[in-house]
Amino acid sequence: MLSFILKRLGLLVPTFFGVTLLTFSLIRMIPGDPVEVMMGERKVDPELHAQAMQRLGLDQPLYKQYFDYIGQLLQGDLGQSLVSRESVWHEFTALFPATLELSIAAILIASLLGLIAGVVAALKRGSMLDHGIMGLALTGYSMPIFWWGLILIMFFSVQLGWTPVSGRIDLFFDVPPVTGFMLIDTLYLDDEGVWLDALHHLILPAVVLATIPLAVIARMTRSSMLEVLGEDYVRTARAKGLSPARVVFVHALRNALIPVLTVIGLQVGTLMAGAVLTETIFSWPGIGKWLIDAISRRDYPVVQNGILLIATLVILVNFVVDVLYGIANPRIRHAG
Amino acid sequence: MSTQTYDDLVQAPPSRLREFWQAFAHNKGAVAGLAFMLMLIVCALFAPWLAPHSPIEQYRDFLLTPPLWQDGGQAQFLLGTDELGRDLLSRLIHGARLSLLIGLASVVCSLLPGIVLGLLAAFFPNRLGPLIMRMMDVMMALPSLLLAVAIVAVLGPGLLNTVIAIAIVSLPSYVRLTRAAAMGERQKDYVTASRLAGASLPRLMFVCVLPNCMAPLIVQATLSFSAAILDAAALGFLGLGVQPPTPEWGTMLASARDYIQRAWWVVSLPGLTILFSVLAINLVGDGLRDALDPKLKNAD
Repeated sequence: MLSFILKRLGLLVPTFFGVTLLTFSLIRMIPGDPVEVMMGERKVDPELHAQAMQRLGLDQPLYKQYFDYIGQLLQGDLGQSLVSRESVWHEFTALFPATLELSIAAILIASLLGLIAGVVAALKRGSMLDHGIMGLALTGYSMPIFWWGLILIMFFSVQLGWTPVSGRIDLFFDVPPVTGFMLIDTLYLDDEGVWLDALHHLILPAVVLATIPLAVIARMTRSSMLEVLGEDYVRTARAKGLSPARVVFVHALRNALIPVLTVIGLQVGTLMAGAVLTETIFSWPGIGKWLIDAISRRDYPVVQNGILLIATLVILVNFVVDVLYGIANPRIRHAG
Repeated sequence: MSTQTYDDLVQAPPSRLREFWQAFAHNKGAVAGLAFMLMLIVCALFAPWLAPHSPIEQYRDFLLTPPLWQDGGQAQFLLGTDELGRDLLSRLIHGARLSLLIGLASVVCSLLPGIVLGLLAAFFPNRLGPLIMRMMDVMMALPSLLLAVAIVAVLGPGLLNTVIAIAIVSLPSYVRLTRAAAMGERQKDYVTASRLAGASLPRLMFVCVLPNCMAPLIVQATLSFSAAILDAAALGFLGLGVQPPTPEWGTMLASARDYIQRAWWVVSLPGLTILFSVLAINLVGDGLRDALDPKLKNAD
């Protein structure tokens, strides 16, 4: 087991360095003079220009620039934003809980509804209900979620007035950040109204972000359940006279869950990409919106290392999913 | 006494195309998707003749005119007008041109290098193969939209850069699929036979092995075609894709955001068009998968 984990961990190292090479070269692919681009003006005074080149290390040969970059990263130095002068790491950690809270809410909605829909579709295979659920799932999978968000806002926020249009909490409330999770921080205030307000803000963005994972999980659960329901041990369980509910939930679902859990784990990439769009629509102050704002402000250190941080996160989560899958399924583990 | 020959007695097997069509037509959703797709293609090809107005002409007297069936609708603007008085239907029809073009261009630009890299990875499994696959792992580490956003952030917004970004992000799946399929084929006897007969490496790669790897690639090409349309619209919505006043569906949505309280049609219709197009292509993709590659079938 340990050798399996170490082997997978060993594969992570080149991937991580590959990503650093990618973010490093991204910034150097920007057309035009880097100093002029960063300062946002043309014809910079030659002396100032040379100074800036030196300060940014751009007068060094490329390979040396890359090693300097890696050296800085290994020391935990992710540079600072050109706009706010804050360190990138600091900004990231301040905004990340908002994205995490949204993602957790989304994946909970997606897993719960997706599992129910997939199991029901598998049990009623070939029926109208099955076709309906699978049709909805394919629609969800094809959904432009930025539009879906706008439609939900138009209906629930503008027409019905049930939910707020944007943000995490009403500006009226002052919630001191403790954990960064609004639903937890508002509990400290001991005011039910504030907590409900935070929940109201969360619900629409979470539904929007959950849409695509929900569709993927429902489709996966259905096909995994169908496969398991045809197995001999399920027939044996039925023949033993166990109740149908016990056969479905204890014998079949438990085994059908392994691939489904893997798919749920692999949704982290979808969630991060979805967060960029969802946070933009709902003005949700997380890392997705942060990144898009940084791009429009040409805040390159934030773009470069923000992307690096998100990629690292995705790599790590995929690694954990991989290891858990290996634990659950010995065949994968021994195949190396 | 009849003079039937052996050939008369044995019915000729249905041609491969016919067999494929029978399997495909069995799936009603796929046929519906195909019909919608054909309609889109017709719209894209004949946009200037089909569209009642120019997509960028601004009718200043008709700002935010509602669709025909609503109070205040005008017969000349079937689906209403946008905030600058441009005919929505004409913009949607011309938008089909752009979305299909982006989808097609990015599929071609990632399919061809993807096949070459995948075959190389399969035929050189010692050094080159792992190197290519590690590079693909790196690209897979980033969520595709995020990588596309990063590329466009660097190259600048626009039609061509959108195509480049989407082509780059869809590359890894083609490389992986081609490699996986080619690795399986490479071991088979017919490849060994060709090699012994003196076939050159390019011939082995492209003439012997590649045709037998096409089924999953065609399915993947369909699926990434719809993903490309979706990503292009997302980039347009974020202001990083095709720039206004070009009638791109996502870009149209971005400018419609401000009218969410007053004009439902400028928000709903472009999005519905994206949804239906992507859904139609995905339905076709599902149908193709079932018809071409029974192994991949969703256990039903």
